[in-house]
Amino acid sequence: MSLNYKTIVAAATFAGLLSSNAYAGDLTVVSWGGAYTKSQVEGYHKPWMAKTGKSIISEDYTGGLAEIKAQVESGNVSWDVVDLELSDAIRGCDEGLFEVIDHSSLPPAPDGTPATEDFIDGSLSSECAVPNIVWSSIYVYDSSKVRNWNAPKTMADFFNTEAFPGKRGMRKNPRVTLEFALIADGVPTSEVYETLGTEEGLARAFAKLDTIKDDVIWWEAGAQPPQLLADGEVIFTTAWNGRVFNAVAAEDKSFEMVWDGQIYDLDLYAIVKGTKNLENALDFVKFATATEQLAAQASWISYGPARKSSAPLIGTYHDNPDIQMLDHMPTSPAALTNALANDFMFWADNFDEINEKFNAWLAG
Amino acid sequence: MPNVVEPITAADGTPLKKKLARALFRSKLRAAGLVLPLFAFIIATFVVPIFALMLQGVHNDTFYTYMPRTAEVLNDWDGESLPGELVFATLAAELAKGKKERTVGKVATRVNRQYSGARSTFTKTARKAVKMEAPFKEAILKADKKWKRVEFWQAIKLTSETWTPAFYGAALDYELKLNEGFERKVEKERIHVKLFWRTLVISAVVMGCCLLLGYPVAYLLATLPLKTSNLLMILVLLPFWTSLLVRTTAWIAILQSQGVVNDILVWVGVTSDDSRFSLIYNMTGTVVAMTHILLPFMVLPLYSVMKTIPPAYVRAARSLGATPTLAFLRIYLPQTVPGIGAGGLLVFILAIGYYITPALVGGQSGVLISNMIAFHMKSSLNWSLAAALGGILLAGVLLLYWAYDRVVGIDNVKLG
Amino acid sequence: MKREKYASKIGRPQHLPSNMVTCFYLTLFIFSLHSGNIMLDSSDPFVRFKNVQKSYDGETLVVKDLNLDIAAGEFVTMLGPSGSGKTTCLMMLAGFETATHGDIELGGRPINNIPPHKRGIGMVFQNYALFPHLTVAENLAFPLKVRKMSAAEVEDKVAKVLDMVQMRAFGDRKPAQLSGGQQQRIALARALVFEPDLVLMDEPLGALDKQLREHMQYEIKHIHESLGVTVVYVTHDQSEALTMSNRIAVFNDGVVQQLADPVTLYEKPENAFVAQFIGENNRLLGTVKDVTKGIASVELDNGDMVKALAINVGGKGERSLLSVRPERCIVTPKKSRGLTALNGRIEELIYLGDHIRCRMNVAGDDDFIVKVPNTSSQLGLVIGAEVYVGWETSDCRALDYLY
Repeated sequence: MSLNYKTIVAAATFAGLLSSNAYAGDLTVVSWGGAYTKSQVEGYHKPWMAKTGKSIISEDYTGGLAEIKAQVESGNVSWDVVDLELSDAIRGCDEGLFEVIDHSSLPPAPDGTPATEDFIDGSLSSECAVPNIVWSSIYVYDSSKVRNWNAPKTMADFFNTEAFPGKRGMRKNPRVTLEFALIADGVPTSEVYETLGTEEGLARAFAKLDTIKDDVIWWEAGAQPPQLLADGEVIFTTAWNGRVFNAVAAEDKSFEMVWDGQIYDLDLYAIVKGTKNLENALDFVKFATATEQLAAQASWISYGPARKSSAPLIGTYHDNPDIQMLDHMPTSPAALTNALANDFMFWADNFDEINEKFNAWLAG
Repeated sequence: MPNVVEPITAADGTPLKKKLARALFRSKLRAAGLVLPLFAFIIATFVVPIFALMLQGVHNDTFYTYMPRTAEVLNDWDGESLPGELVFATLAAELAKGKKERTVGKVATRVNRQYSGARSTFTKTARKAVKMEAPFKEAILKADKKWKRVEFWQAIKLTSETWTPAFYGAALDYELKLNEGFERKVEKERIHVKLFWRTLVISAVVMGCCLLLGYPVAYLLATLPLKTSNLLMILVLLPFWTSLLVRTTAWIAILQSQGVVNDILVWVGVTSDDSRFSLIYNMTGTVVAMTHILLPFMVLPLYSVMKTIPPAYVRAARSLGATPTLAFLRIYLPQTVPGIGAGGLLVFILAIGYYITPALVGGQSGVLISNMIAFHMKSSLNWSLAAALGGILLAGVLLLYWAYDRVVGIDNVKLG
Repeated sequence: MKREKYASKIGRPQHLPSNMVTCFYLTLFIFSLHSGNIMLDSSDPFVRFKNVQKSYDGETLVVKDLNLDIAAGEFVTMLGPSGSGKTTCLMMLAGFETATHGDIELGGRPINNIPPHKRGIGMVFQNYALFPHLTVAENLAFPLKVRKMSAAEVEDKVAKVLDMVQMRAFGDRKPAQLSGGQQQRIALARALVFEPDLVLMDEPLGALDKQLREHMQYEIKHIHESLGVTVVYVTHDQSEALTMSNRIAVFNDGVVQQLADPVTLYEKPENAFVAQFIGENNRLLGTVKDVTKGIASVELDNGDMVKALAINVGGKGERSLLSVRPERCIVTPKKSRGLTALNGRIEELIYLGDHIRCRMNVAGDDDFIVKVPNTSSQLGLVIGAEVYVGWETSDCRALDYLY
């Protein structure tokens, strides 16, 4: 009997899994998976479902616009809301892949500040997307491994192979990598993109990268750098701060982040053009990017809320009251001492060309 | 004298050929009916998409679709100096329209591929174009200084052409210039040809490694008693049953500098702790991981060929005076050529298209052209360039296939 | 049929090759080969199996204590049913199997540790084993090239051997383009082209149709006789063995049952297995009552008393199998003096032209065959007739009890 019952349940579950794509839920929200998606489920999805009584299907993807473009162009849209990087949001908006969202319709801060002023400066530059978090590219080392050097402090240290011999992990992407090189080479953060926009500046960045080229292990997926570091494959690696925080808070790793020269960026919600659940999608995006929800999410992962009004509401890590989340945010005062905001316009214009040069440099 | 042959007729006087054709028609019809669904399926899911994608490599009508009149007036432009007011006026009108219909971004992205930085120039100018008044030339030139550059206009004219060899050129590291034709990119920016070569070389090396490792295994499989060979066969097929990512990740754990192999080498004393070997995140890693993954594709065709070679041949050679080595080289090896050919082709063609494994373990020196194609398909959305790269890869494979046919003969391939 | 073949073997002069051209070329080739042959002293055995045993699994012996001497120039056939160990013996001689115990000697030297390619033994395989990727000429040149002969010499020898087997025009073909008979000739030619002193043949004619097989038997026999080469031949076909061999070793159950020339083997089988296996044989079962002066008196199971040559019987009271050849029996309406005579009933008559095959019930066994010569006096036989069947005592052999 019990076996029979189990079989039926298993079969039903399996059938449910198979048909999940076909099943028209109230809303499908797509994000990057892992600890990040979990923070969104806890911070946004669950409260929204509780409030509206509607259901959300959460799916993972690895970024990029290819799938969205395919859905929109084939007229078979199954994703409703997508979490994106800013440059993709802008490019996708240009290509007509996303619905326009009226930023003035977003809920104001609790103190009445209109949304357009509450979101941090420049974050509302895509009319198709609403930002939710600020994340950052930093570099990190493992303080539990005994080395015969002092702790690195600056971006220049990352490039200093004499004082810090060993392999370094870097993302196989010109974005962030070139900025890091210029910062390490002494370019003030305020002049980084100006410099990078010139032939000489670009050459200078590559020349700096040349000094460590033989010592670099290139990573592509966000999960790789913490692994490389934990395995001892590299002494330093660039990484996304949330992933590192997760390794520290949840997996007890003794990774130390170096905030000097960090480059922060936004993740945003956009609504896929042609969705059948436009009303639900709009309601969800407005709800999720409200002050309280952004603050709630911040207790699950160390990405900073995109609204200024969320900052005072940020508490401690969800299962460890000793960890003050604000200390680990890219937006904390300490982290911002020498920081650079990612210039999405620069990259939207120049990514293709620079990436080609970057790849040629890599292969050369 | 011409030799006139009377057609043979059936008993009722109709020509025999006609009679036969009629008799066979029904059975042919039935056979066609059986094949038709698969045929239609392959056409719809394989031939048409591939053809459509290949078409993208030479055909890109984004600009023409959204700015048809600008494209037309640009046709009459000589490409030597800044165009006249007519072109600017048309451009302004269509930019304004594009702004309203939200299509200007698509055009901007398209032009940006030809001319870096064009994207923001287009979107910026489009925002202003809504309120522009004549003379448009002045207004547009004021909106962004890039409009003053002739080479910017040349890039626009190039993108306005629907049929273009530019992507194939780019795929071979050539840049298309208006009125000048193709120009080879500067040394530092040439990458595709290098990657094509690297892909071919790595695929060939992987094929060679698979052959070296797979041949003895296949021989064992074919000669061992059934019970033992079944067990061995399961071991050979095991990689098929594990996920590609799991296998690749396992190689990372084994080959990395703090990994199993290096630990053993340090322990044995082959190398010291601070000069461990780099076995992964480079070409070595790619070759090792790909060889492992593709090995079954070499073993199985070899096995199926070896299975059909009776031991009597080698015995005969031995009895005729040949040493074991000679008997192998002159008698056994030549008879396994169909298996080597089939396995080699399979492994080579699969290796050429691999991109997940090189991406994970290839580092910078182990990256292949397919990684570049995947990048342009998935990230940069430059499908035209991806199509051109893919088209060249396909042509390369077909060329190799043709060469193989000429040298070995394709009927000399046995897949199982 | 078998009887007929036997008669031709012993009674009539040798068959001539059907084709005179073959004969001519054969002679040519034979002369060309003979100059290079080393003649051995015929008193020493050329091949010797000494107490050879073979086991594959360590539990059962496939070959049990084999002792066999083969003289130079002899044509010896290993004959036996499948699984009798004959092929294993051949493979041990060729060097593809190693003897578990005992020695194999070739030309006086033990060869147990000599690899096959150094033994210099030519071999014709069951399915010819012609190399499919080489042409006929390349197949024939193979043993010469591995011996590093000069190109001219190779070409010369290949041409000669192709002539010998009448396949001159086929040198450029691949084996797959040849008929079975042609492939067989090439396989034979390949085993001979490097002029070995010993040639092994493993059921080489098994895949041919009957007519071709008989023709090839004569060709092989002639080649053997003209070249003086020693041949060890394995077959399960007794008529093939009788046609070609100087001596035949009958194998059963890993043991040589009898080693003798064809006449002895047929006329004087030493045990029941050989009597049954070679030629057609009538068997009568009974118990020995008395043995005097080489004559055994046996009481058949139905009570009749029969006298027979005591070849392989135990003492009084032992069971025995009596063997009488069908062509040595006569059918008579009445008992005649001097002959052993038993009652019999005719069960079946088959008219075969030169003789009538008469199946009878004798001593309770209804499978008793008598070959009745087709003479006018014998045409009165009818089914169901009660007659006598008789034979000379010297044609009846009392052997070991097999069943």
